[in-house]
Amino acid sequence: MDKIWLIAQREYLTRVRKKSFIIMSLIGPLLTVALFAVPILIASLSDKDKTVAVADAGNLFSQQLPEAKEDLRFVRVSPELAKAKQEFKAGKYEALVYIPKLDLANPTGFQVFSRKGLSVTLERDINRVINQEVENQRLAQSGIARATLDRLKADVDLQTVSLSEDGERSSSTGVSTGIAYLCGFLIYMFIFIYGVQIMRGVMEEKTSRIVEVVISTVKPFQLMMGKVLGIAGVGLTQLTLWVVLSIGINSAIAGSISPEKIMQSRVDRTTAMVRTDTPAEKAAKKETNVAAKMVTALHNANLNVPLLVGCFLFYFLGGYLFYGSLFGAIGSAVDNDTDTQQFMLPVTMPLILTFVVSQAILTTNPNGTVAVWMSMIPFTSPIAMMMRLPFGGVPMWQLGVSMVLLVAGFVATTWLAGRIYRVGILMYGKKVTYGELSKWMFYKG
Amino acid sequence: MQPILQAINVRKAYAAHVALDGVSLDIPERSIFGLLGPNGAGKTSLIRIITQITGADEGEIRFRGERLKPDHIAQIGYLPEERGLYKKMKVGEQLLYLARLRGLSRADATQRIKGWLTRFDIKPWAEKNVEDLSKGMQQKVQFIATVLHEPSLIILDEPFSGFDPINANLIKDEILRLREEGATIIFSTHRMESVEEMCDSIALINRSRKVLDGPVRTIKDQFKTQTYEVEGKGRLMVMHPDFEVLKHQERENGFFYDHIKLHGGTTPNDLLRYLIGSVEVHAFRELIPSINDIFIRRVRETMPESLVEEFEVTS
Repeated sequence: MDKIWLIAQREYLTRVRKKSFIIMSLIGPLLTVALFAVPILIASLSDKDKTVAVADAGNLFSQQLPEAKEDLRFVRVSPELAKAKQEFKAGKYEALVYIPKLDLANPTGFQVFSRKGLSVTLERDINRVINQEVENQRLAQSGIARATLDRLKADVDLQTVSLSEDGERSSSTGVSTGIAYLCGFLIYMFIFIYGVQIMRGVMEEKTSRIVEVVISTVKPFQLMMGKVLGIAGVGLTQLTLWVVLSIGINSAIAGSISPEKIMQSRVDRTTAMVRTDTPAEKAAKKETNVAAKMVTALHNANLNVPLLVGCFLFYFLGGYLFYGSLFGAIGSAVDNDTDTQQFMLPVTMPLILTFVVSQAILTTNPNGTVAVWMSMIPFTSPIAMMMRLPFGGVPMWQLGVSMVLLVAGFVATTWLAGRIYRVGILMYGKKVTYGELSKWMFYKG
Repeated sequence: MQPILQAINVRKAYAAHVALDGVSLDIPERSIFGLLGPNGAGKTSLIRIITQITGADEGEIRFRGERLKPDHIAQIGYLPEERGLYKKMKVGEQLLYLARLRGLSRADATQRIKGWLTRFDIKPWAEKNVEDLSKGMQQKVQFIATVLHEPSLIILDEPFSGFDPINANLIKDEILRLREEGATIIFSTHRMESVEEMCDSIALINRSRKVLDGPVRTIKDQFKTQTYEVEGKGRLMVMHPDFEVLKHQERENGFFYDHIKLHGGTTPNDLLRYLIGSVEVHAFRELIPSINDIFIRRVRETMPESLVEEFEVTS
């Protein structure tokens, strides 16, 4: 046992000291930060001051142009299109809106001219402003006050509640889906990245011919287990670093570019464009609500956080251990990288399959038959179960059976891989086939 | 004295062929033992059984009279033919790691590594990565790794392949010193001449069977052919029924070189007396067969003729 520990220590230390590990540990959190920060940055960058010229031939805005906002202003130009175009060319307008003579019942012929194509947000804003005004005038014609209409409109919020044996519990499908994907993806990635590291580690030992030196003092199984455990340590370290650094960087950045602030400025703008409490404003308010919801959703969703974290760590490690030794066996059977392909596919197939299927089945019907089966079978359970759990309602017995099966599966694959490994590492210059591999399993001592 | 290692009727078969077929050996303590034979004879298979990398199908190995068990590994040092080091690891760390795998404490290992690096005059390498070392340097490090835990049995598989002559001599001196200090060394090689002068005893293995073993001197005595090498000056005319000239060379200025075999119970002195009568003798010595010659003679007895020729060409 202390030999396994020694080997694991070496595997861990040599990898953690590598430059690539340090770079990965830094890039990971930066990427997640970028994932959140870039859309916000882009949004804030594109929202610089814009002036839109309005050629109002239809007298839509005869009383008043839409109100200016800090980054969007409307300026009236000549209602004649030809003249307006010239003014547009001469001035520093972002766009020119041409409003033709209107039939309110069937308003057509609106045109927007711009120099280099319109940004999506600007187009949307212009569209919204015109729609708003057309609606207002129609309402006026029909003699309905805007306020009356708004009162009549329905806007229902659904609160989803999952009924399970643990009792009633309010849940948020969105949050659950997000967490399910995050967990599933992390496990998938972890198994792949570190499984391949095991494989390469074994191949390195084989090609550098150190393996015979080492296995004259330790059992091949110890060498393999030491490597699998050492690399698991590397993975856990990396995960911890990612989580800690991501939280750190995110909270640091949140201080300078707060998503709430930007969200708020948008809301202000949309509010400013319309004068009354309109559906547009309501929608905008709802948007802020969503943002606020995301923050508090974890509480509202009433997720069983300790269970989720515990299960995540279990399936994270269990899945890795289940597949890790198989990757080790592949590494032992081949002499070079190109030969690994044919053996990689069957090993990685169930993993990829779970991840692909997850979207269609697991998150939409987390307690359906397929999902239940997939979360039981050790080949797919690490990902499948972690994608079911956030939705709640997984009976304890299923979780128990799944865990026991995964542990049993891990023992079985490790045993199997150990049989292949001990023969494979001493076999050089031989193209290995599946038939050969199966023979190795039954070799004596 | 009890042999340090005994192989008793060891048999090992792989799927396609038999690697060892009823091989028995006694390896005396504090000796240098040559395990000789052509490539593919089964040497490495035997060594892997001794080092417990694989197990024998039949028969057993005894270490100091006990059936071989995992505890014995700490007393065995093994330098495989296929040997390497972790390329991205520092020499010092690597030696420490390998020593600790063999059960040394960190303190002990550090102490001994220091001693060996000083002895080989390579102390500054300790902080270097293995990949920055030349092949010869790496071989020194590998040798140190093999003997660091002071094993009582050291197994060296093709130890000198790839060594330059200077390093080979350095290692040879170390091996002799280790034997003086009480270790037993097994050499395994197909290049018999490289270890002949160092070995106390040998075993010849061919086609998974042992063909010959014993102390080198005994074997050589056994294979002596009563043939003598004679150099001298004059006109050599051997007309004696008991003296057979196997080889005769005339050299310039009336010198000659001959191989003469004795028959009918005649002694070297008889031959010398006979020669002195007719020629001037400058050199006279018994022709002792090399291990390689003995091997070929022995193999010829057990092998079809065609295969022997093939072997002679390749060896």
